[in-house]
Amino acid sequence: MSSRVPLPGFALSLGYTLTFMSLIVFLPLAAIAWKTADLSWEQFVQTVSHPRALAAMRLTFSTALIAAAINIVLGLIVAWVLVRYEFPFKRWVDALIDLPFALPTAVAGLVYASLYMKDGWIGRFIVPMGIEIAYTPAAIVMVLVFTGFPFVVRAVQPVLEEMDTDLEEASAILGATRWQTFWMVLWPNLRPAVVTGFALALARGLGEYGSVIFVSSNLPGKTEVAPTLIVARIEENKFAEATALALVLLLSSFALLGLINIWEKWSRRHDA
Amino acid sequence: MTPETSAAAQPRRQRAAQDPLWLRVLLTAMALAIVGLLIFVPILHVFVHAFSEGPFRYVEHLFGDSANRDAILTTLSVAPRAVVLNLIFGVSTAWLIARFRFPGRTLLLTMVDLPFAISPVVVGLALVLLYGNQGLVGPQLNSAGITVLFNTPALVLATTFVTLPFIVRELIPLMESVGPDEELAALSLGASGWQMFWLVTLPSLRLGLLYGIILCSARAIGEFGAVYVVSGRIAGRGQTIPLRVEQLFQQYQSPADFALASILTAIALASLFARRLLESASGPRKIPSATTSGDSA
Repeated sequence: MSSRVPLPGFALSLGYTLTFMSLIVFLPLAAIAWKTADLSWEQFVQTVSHPRALAAMRLTFSTALIAAAINIVLGLIVAWVLVRYEFPFKRWVDALIDLPFALPTAVAGLVYASLYMKDGWIGRFIVPMGIEIAYTPAAIVMVLVFTGFPFVVRAVQPVLEEMDTDLEEASAILGATRWQTFWMVLWPNLRPAVVTGFALALARGLGEYGSVIFVSSNLPGKTEVAPTLIVARIEENKFAEATALALVLLLSSFALLGLINIWEKWSRRHDA
Repeated sequence: MTPETSAAAQPRRQRAAQDPLWLRVLLTAMALAIVGLLIFVPILHVFVHAFSEGPFRYVEHLFGDSANRDAILTTLSVAPRAVVLNLIFGVSTAWLIARFRFPGRTLLLTMVDLPFAISPVVVGLALVLLYGNQGLVGPQLNSAGITVLFNTPALVLATTFVTLPFIVRELIPLMESVGPDEELAALSLGASGWQMFWLVTLPSLRLGLLYGIILCSARAIGEFGAVYVVSGRIAGRGQTIPLRVEQLFQQYQSPADFALASILTAIALASLFARRLLESASGPRKIPSATTSGDSA
């Protein structure tokens, strides 16, 4: 499979792919860069340090981080049970895991908005207990847990399936408890997959809009996330401000993913 | 799914790496509760609410309203176009990445994933900045009589951007695992490049193409954020089904809203089901498609 293989179509496919990507992806992104260049530094700082913008960024990052962290725990439990145990309807449960990828986010938002209201299916049990989720940041976390749920499960599952049980046995025979075996034998092998799933869920959560506007009350400074604020600015025709916020959202999610990547490579090298 | 757990061949080895019964029961119950509360209950909720006033009212809610009919038609015209665009792009890019080594190949591979890392809302903003009245090329296109924004082209562009990685991501690993041997054989036997492509390359990719099309269609139909920004949301013009769901939500039209949402949910479930069916027809993914491609008709 070297470039010496005389397969045809290199020029054609290269030309087509680059033209298509330029028109669909690069040109719109260039428009963002062009609008950014229009922005003076003072304008940029003023826009992104506005209390409403800061509150939206804080809410976006905290809800996405919490949801991705919850998904690590839920994903590990579900992946473990699906790979290691047998139970009735296992194939159906396994098939349902991917639903959050396939279900439109508007539907997720619609359902989650009504489930947790005080006469909703879940709300009628938990609201009398004093747990108010509807329209609060907790509702945003819930819906982000839903949209990001398959990432950790689907990242961990294949690793668990291919993992040799010999190491676990050796560990058990040497007297380790099941818990010690998990932390010292299984976890180091699972960690890269968990980190990948976490990062993907986080990136998804940072940009999520469709489901969030349904479940949140979208109050500026309180329950408004960054994508909602960007849309509000676009609707006010304040494109420069929308662009500044979009740029911060873009760069911070790239930086976050980059950092996770670097950390993962670094820790793998130190484990070896 | 896991043959090793059913094997009675290694009872003692099994026991050493086996969790105690109480832990198995506890973890299984937790997993079922997680999937149940997070996924199963919401699906059930959609259908129960959609049919809460009986099947006749359900149909009336769906098709009685002209805004709903328009939304369904818009989605039916936007989603297939985005899928076809991404299909051609996917085949072209997979051929490039899986069959050739060239400078910038890794960069291209990263770029293909870019739409995953960008918020749909930012995609919408980018299209507004490009095609809007004060945009980079919008005024010129407008004076030429072409309206992109708040019109079907913008919906197609936004949907294509957001769903770009799906088909190509399915095709690259598949094409890599199949390898170029048969294509080279076809060429050495005198086939032209296009004959090789239609008779050898495409048939070897058919499962990946199907997976990709299913996945991409489901996402294209459900796209919200990017489409929300570029649609302008003028009733009956450029409103897709998910946007109509949001509008009904704002108007507290609960049964009508869930009726429309139930179509989207059914499509999502059907896409999962179709994928499962394809997988069980072809066995575990990727590896068999490489080994069985030899006897593919």
